[in-house]
Amino acid sequence: MDFINAIILLSNFVIVPSITYGSQLALGAIGVTLIYGVLRFANFAYGDLMAFGTMCVILFTWLFKSLGISLGILPTALLALPLGIILTIGVSLFFDRTVFKYYRNKKSSPVTFIVVSLGIMFVLNAVVRIIIGPNDIVFMDGSRFIISAVDFKETTGLLEGLTIKSTQVITLITTSITCFVLFNFLNKTKTGKSMRAYSNNEDLALLSGIDPNKIILITWIIVSILATIGGTLYGLDKSFKPFTYFNNLLPIFAATIVGGIGNPLGAFYGGFVIAFSEIALTYAYKKFIFYLLPFSSDSTNLIQYISTDYKFAISFAILVVVLIFRPQGIFKGKVI
Amino acid sequence: MYFNAKNLTGGYGEVKVIEDCNFNVNRGEIVSILGPNGAGKSSAMKAILGMLKLDSGKVILDGTDISNFNTQDRIKLGISFVPQVNNIFSELTVKENLEMGAFTSSDNIEDKIEEMYDLFPAIKEKNQQFAGELSGGQRQQVAIARALMNNPSILMLDEPTAGVSPVVMQEIFEHIIRIKEKNIAILMVEQNASQALKISDRGYILVTGQNTYQGTGDDLLNDQEIRKTFLGG
Repeated sequence: MDFINAIILLSNFVIVPSITYGSQLALGAIGVTLIYGVLRFANFAYGDLMAFGTMCVILFTWLFKSLGISLGILPTALLALPLGIILTIGVSLFFDRTVFKYYRNKKSSPVTFIVVSLGIMFVLNAVVRIIIGPNDIVFMDGSRFIISAVDFKETTGLLEGLTIKSTQVITLITTSITCFVLFNFLNKTKTGKSMRAYSNNEDLALLSGIDPNKIILITWIIVSILATIGGTLYGLDKSFKPFTYFNNLLPIFAATIVGGIGNPLGAFYGGFVIAFSEIALTYAYKKFIFYLLPFSSDSTNLIQYISTDYKFAISFAILVVVLIFRPQGIFKGKVI
Repeated sequence: MYFNAKNLTGGYGEVKVIEDCNFNVNRGEIVSILGPNGAGKSSAMKAILGMLKLDSGKVILDGTDISNFNTQDRIKLGISFVPQVNNIFSELTVKENLEMGAFTSSDNIEDKIEEMYDLFPAIKEKNQQFAGELSGGQRQQVAIARALMNNPSILMLDEPTAGVSPVVMQEIFEHIIRIKEKNIAILMVEQNASQALKISDRGYILVTGQNTYQGTGDDLLNDQEIRKTFLGG
């Protein structure tokens, strides 16, 4: 019994949250990796693009709510998602046409692009704060739990209750569908293949008659879709705060590099590696050990490796270690 | 002549890499551009493709002046190019490489792919492998097959036998001869000058950006001075 309790405790606080958080990071990391692969720069504005997309979704959610439209047990945000995506695509293409295109035509170095993306990051950052404010916003509605701790305890008679929030299941399902569609697009369709070809060998892609402008357009569209979905799922699961999205840039970059930059499948796995590391290393294992030990212990030690305040330090440490020892990432990506 | 490059002069700013170069190719003919390192062979190729800014000169394909066309438009007209390095999509499968070669064509790609497998049987069994995992000779075959996918009328090869063993070199040359039989004009830059001349109908020798000698493959091979200077005796 104690063993089962221990496992449920771990699922509750480590496994399920890691899978959820990992999915959200994965969507972000795939976006960053696609921009790197096709446009060849690390987009620092990505966190704020996610914030912008989520903001649009929140605004439409409010609109729908005021009109009395809802999805029943599902969050209204899912209904607002397509509209948010369209606006985010719009803003991405606006910045591409007005800013990035200018530097592309000038054939600027990747470093210039990074600084330019930093500038866009500040702009987006400000736009989001002006429109929706810097505060925490909870926009989750519908039913909150699939399995609640109390019900679980009553049904099973166990000491530990397993909680599965509906946002966690929604995250998992949405991420699975999104990734399934995306990878099928990249591997099966002519346009998807030409995107990979362009990312792999730009000169030869041009010699094969692949139109770079079309590839860039499609990339921004895909990336905006991923940013909005990833951002909305994160916001539904936790809450929306512009600063948090900016902060998430670090684990997303870490996931991108762990997976091998420019490699979408790697970025997908990278998201989970980072999420599991962050959560597993900051979890206090005292109770878990207590269930497993044959004797009771009164130790005051929480058996926590690192305080949760240092969550980002873990991403950063992984980032540094990977860059030193395996700069191409776990899955072979480009070396930067 | 099916393809003419007339009086090509161009380079990077003030530095002229090629001066007054002329090249002609007919369909079903192999023409080699030879010469020492830095003679401007690759630049001549780039100029024909529209990748090097020309100060003067004309590029004429089948009677049409394409001097002002950009690279992509020239490719759509049927000029295919196999670069010397990075000439395959290493992260794509062999089959996907071929599909990318036919990106602009609306014909039935599957038939064309089968045709390539007939021409290069070695890559057929590797068609689901990533092109980057193949051996040097096989990569070169993938590269040439990719270039042939959009039904070119003229195929340009930049040192197709660079860095491969003599056996593989022979193999590649045999493939090139078979491509010529499909009534395609072949223009290639080669380091292995005497070998290349043996399979060439004609050849041009470029020295410091200028056409110094030209003639049929046999003439160039038998010319004592050319043998001594360019072909190593």
